[in-house]
Amino acid sequence: MIEVINLSKSFQNNKAVNNINFDIGENEIIGLLGPNGCGKTTTIAMILGLLKPTKGKILINKKNIENHRIELLHKMNFISPYIELPKKLTVKQNLIVYAKLYNVKNIDQQIEYLSSALRLDKFINRLTGELSSGQKNRVSLAKSLINNPSVLLLDEPTASLDPETGNFIRSFLEDYIKQKKISILLASHNMEEVKRLCTSVMMMKNGKIIDRGAPSELIKKHGRKNLEEVFLKLARAEHEF
Amino acid sequence: MYGLFLRHFFLIKSSFPRILDLIYWPSIQIILWGFISKFFSTYSDYYNNTVGIILTCAILYDFLFRSSISFNMLFLEEIWSRNFTNLFIAPMKISEIIISLVFTALIRTLIGLVPAILLTSPLFGISILNLGVPLFFLFLSLYIFGITLGLFVSSGLIRFGPSFENIAWSSLFLLAPLGCIYYPIEILPEFFQILAKGLPLVYIFDETRNILVNNFVNFENILYAFYLNAIYLSIGISLFYFSFSKARKKGSLINMGE
Repeated sequence: MIEVINLSKSFQNNKAVNNINFDIGENEIIGLLGPNGCGKTTTIAMILGLLKPTKGKILINKKNIENHRIELLHKMNFISPYIELPKKLTVKQNLIVYAKLYNVKNIDQQIEYLSSALRLDKFINRLTGELSSGQKNRVSLAKSLINNPSVLLLDEPTASLDPETGNFIRSFLEDYIKQKKISILLASHNMEEVKRLCTSVMMMKNGKIIDRGAPSELIKKHGRKNLEEVFLKLARAEHEF
Repeated sequence: MYGLFLRHFFLIKSSFPRILDLIYWPSIQIILWGFISKFFSTYSDYYNNTVGIILTCAILYDFLFRSSISFNMLFLEEIWSRNFTNLFIAPMKISEIIISLVFTALIRTLIGLVPAILLTSPLFGISILNLGVPLFFLFLSLYIFGITLGLFVSSGLIRFGPSFENIAWSSLFLLAPLGCIYYPIEILPEFFQILAKGLPLVYIFDETRNILVNNFVNFENILYAFYLNAIYLSIGISLFYFSFSKARKKGSLINMGE
C-alpha cells in the first residue's frame, strides 16, 4: 500500500510537485496522467526513494521510505522506457543479476515463471541488446516483477510498442493483479490503457493533482466522450486550476 | 565539408570542459616527460639497473591506473547502458555498492595486469617479484589509493552525471608527475614537492626504487603511505555518501545517462 501525504518537491524556485496527496490500496491500479513536465516522473522518483522530497512523506506499507528505504525497496520495483538493462548480458543473466540484487529465494523457479508468462523462452539466452523493442520491454517487465513486488511503479510501460505487444502487456498486467497482492501506480499517455487497467485516475498539471476519479466518472463529470478528451480539456485549461 | 567542420567547431566552442580537455593532455605529457628527462640528464648514472626500475615502476603505476579506472568503469558502464537507475532502486546499501565495486575492480585489474607481469620476464629478463614480500604491501597500498581515486571520481559521476566522465580519465594522469613514479621527489620544483609529499604515491615509488637500488626495505615509507591512504580513503567514502545524498536532493539519479 502506498500513502502519499502533502508531498512537494522544489528545484530552486520551481515547484515540480506541489503538495499532493493520494493513496493506493492493495490490488489497485491507479493511473497518473498529465502533460510532459507536470511532475509524474518526479513523483515516482520520490516514491522510489531516488529523490528526497522537499516536504511531506511517503508511506509504503505504513513505513516511511525516507527512513526504511532499503527495507522497502525489497518489495518495490519499477519499469520505464527511459532505463534499460545491460545490453551485453543475456536476458537470463540480467534476470539472475536482479534476482540476486533483490535477494530472491527461488531464482530458477521465478525466472521460469516469468519467462513463460511473458513469453521470453525463445530469446532467454540471447543478448538483451539484440532484442526488438517489444521483446526488451517484456524483459524489463520481467525484471520489474522478479522480486514479486507489493508496490509496482510503471512509467509508460507500453510506450513505443506495436498494438499487439501493448495489448499483450496490458492483458498480462490485468491477470497479474488478480493473482498477486500488489499496488500499482501507472503513469501513461495512453488513455485507452489507463481506462482499461486503472480503477482510478489522477490528473496532474503543474505539479498538482487537479482532478481524480474512476475513468468513467471523469468522462461523465467533464461531459466528454472519452478519457483523452478529458485529458485535453484539463491540459488546455490554463486558468481553471 | 564546412558543415561538418562547423558541427564540431560549435561543439568545442560551447563547451569549456572540451577546450580544457584539449589543453590538458599535451600539458600533462610535457610536464611528466620533462621531469623524467630532467632526472636522467642530471643523474644519468643514478640507476645501475635502469630498465628494471623503470619497468617495475611502470607495472606498479599501471596497477594503480587499472584499479582506479576499473572502479570508474564499473560505474560508467552502468551509465552508458542506461542501467544506473535500476541499480539505485535495487535494495543495496551504499556500503554494499562500494564493497562490490572494490572486489570487482580488483578482479578486472588482475585480469589485465597478470599477463603484463608475466611478459616482462621473457621479454626483458625482469621480474617484479624481485621486490619480495614488500611487493604485497606496495600493491595493497596502490590498490587502496586507486580505489580512493575511483571513489572521488564516482562521487562526481553520481553528483554531476556523465559530464564528469572526462575527469575519470584524466585524474590519474594529473597525479603522474606529482607521484614521482620514475624519479625522486627532489626533481620536482619546491612548490610541487610540498604537494607531492601529501600523496602516498611518492612514498610507494620511492620505496620501490629503494628496494631495487639498495636491496633494503624501509618500512617507514610503506607505513606512511598507509597512513595517508587511510585518510584519503575515509574522505573518499564520506564524499561518496555525501554525493549520493546531494544527488537525491538535486535529482541527478533520475535518467542518468541521458
